Amino acid sequence: MTPPLRELMMPAAMAVAAGLVGSIAVMRRMALASDALSHVALPGVALAILLRWNPLLGGLAALVLGTLLVWALESRTRIPTEAVIGVIFSLALAVGSMLASGDELIDALFGAPSRVGAAEMIAGVAAAILVIVFVMRARSRLVIALVSPDLARTCGIGVQRLDLLFLLAFALTVALGLRYLGVLLMGSLVIIPAATSMRVARGLGSMQWIAVAIALASTIGGALLAPRVHLATGPVVITIAATVFFASLLIRGVWMDEAARAPEKSAQTPG
Amino acid sequence: MPTALEVSHLSVSFGVAEVFKDVSFTVERGNAVAIIGPNGSGKTVMFRALIGAIPAAGTIRWAPETTIGYVPQKLDIERDLPLTGFDFLGAKADIARTPADELLRVLQLVDLAAPVAKQQIGTLSGGQFQRLLLAFALIGRPSVLLFDEPTAGIDEPGERGIYALLRRLQLEEKMTLLLISHDLSLVYAHSDRVLCLSRWRTCFGPPMEVLTPEHLQEMYGAPMRFHSHDAAAS
Repeated sequence: MTPPLRELMMPAAMAVAAGLVGSIAVMRRMALASDALSHVALPGVALAILLRWNPLLGGLAALVLGTLLVWALESRTRIPTEAVIGVIFSLALAVGSMLASGDELIDALFGAPSRVGAAEMIAGVAAAILVIVFVMRARSRLVIALVSPDLARTCGIGVQRLDLLFLLAFALTVALGLRYLGVLLMGSLVIIPAATSMRVARGLGSMQWIAVAIALASTIGGALLAPRVHLATGPVVITIAATVFFASLLIRGVWMDEAARAPEKSAQTPG
Repeated sequence: MPTALEVSHLSVSFGVAEVFKDVSFTVERGNAVAIIGPNGSGKTVMFRALIGAIPAAGTIRWAPETTIGYVPQKLDIERDLPLTGFDFLGAKADIARTPADELLRVLQLVDLAAPVAKQQIGTLSGGQFQRLLLAFALIGRPSVLLFDEPTAGIDEPGERGIYALLRRLQLEEKMTLLLISHDLSLVYAHSDRVLCLSRWRTCFGPPMEVLTPEHLQEMYGAPMRFHSHDAAAS
């Protein structure tokens, strides 16, 4: 059974947001951190299920809290971020799995696409557009800040505030994917397409567009393919994205060989 | 001459380690000030305090409407970062809302060829990357330029070119320059004031007064030689 076009709107918007946010996250070298951050949604989802609230709102609330915590620890203390993330997010996963159990837990971890109500779809698409507009408008500031926070300061950029806004955009993007991909896999949809793009892109523009294209193709491809092969959507989406990643290793490998032979030519024309 | 920067009783410490203490100096608009001192005396830390990147005790007062261009000594850029020189410069031109030809103007100023600016910034050589950072700093015509080690990683003709450019910016655009340098001959020739930082004492004044053999020996803990006669003649 193929899902109607209307139902692909929200995952498509989510994928575009994931590609754009992922590009910046990977360029900032926070691939692992952001993957772990997505796990923090679990206790929120579990608690919401227990209290019979909307699990997505529970997940979003937990993500925002987790984001504020990471930001505060990063900007106010000297504790290494990796250490903080390693401890807090494993704890979140542990607490979440104690609160939820059985099928609910599996759904929260890997996603369970079901019929989406009109209200949720509109809210989802609106949130995705918010993330997309933010990343595009803040692009120059984000790029300067990732090259050097000191340079950003001399350009009049409020680096801490920008960091916080970016982390919140990241959290919102993860929340968008909770229903489709679940807590464990949504971080991967943000990171894998961007990591793939980084292997082949040579400039900012191509970095973003390739990441968006891969995220979009994996999401739509997974949504169309999964029902036909009777598999859950989330794992299929991520398998497609990961396959593209490994394909890119081969392609870039070939290009690198060419680059070694004719460095000037291949540096000018990446594809 | 109006004041561009007034620093009084500035102290920076990281935990219990004191970097420098009670430093005061005033920079007049359009002047070139060289900051010298042995390794670890806090020259780069001084710059970072001046741009507000690290907390410091004391007061730092920039003139109203000051815009700062900052050229750090080095940045760690991964080779595979998908960002070209044009992407990087374009980002600043975007937030500074400069005219469309601004990128070509600054590339020409720092003598960096357009094909080099099309490369990923992580693949540039040390000298090319420093020119790119200088071009970045000059976008939007800042009123003050902070330059950490202008001659580090640059070849001899390049060095002359950089100093000629700095002189031009100072004279034609009335830019105030703060330079960190180890090259005392160049400091002697090109600066109006010298700030020396060291663990034992700090001093501030015209190069002729500050760069005396006694001062230098005290500051570096060893006799220092530099070609003041060559420099003074140029």
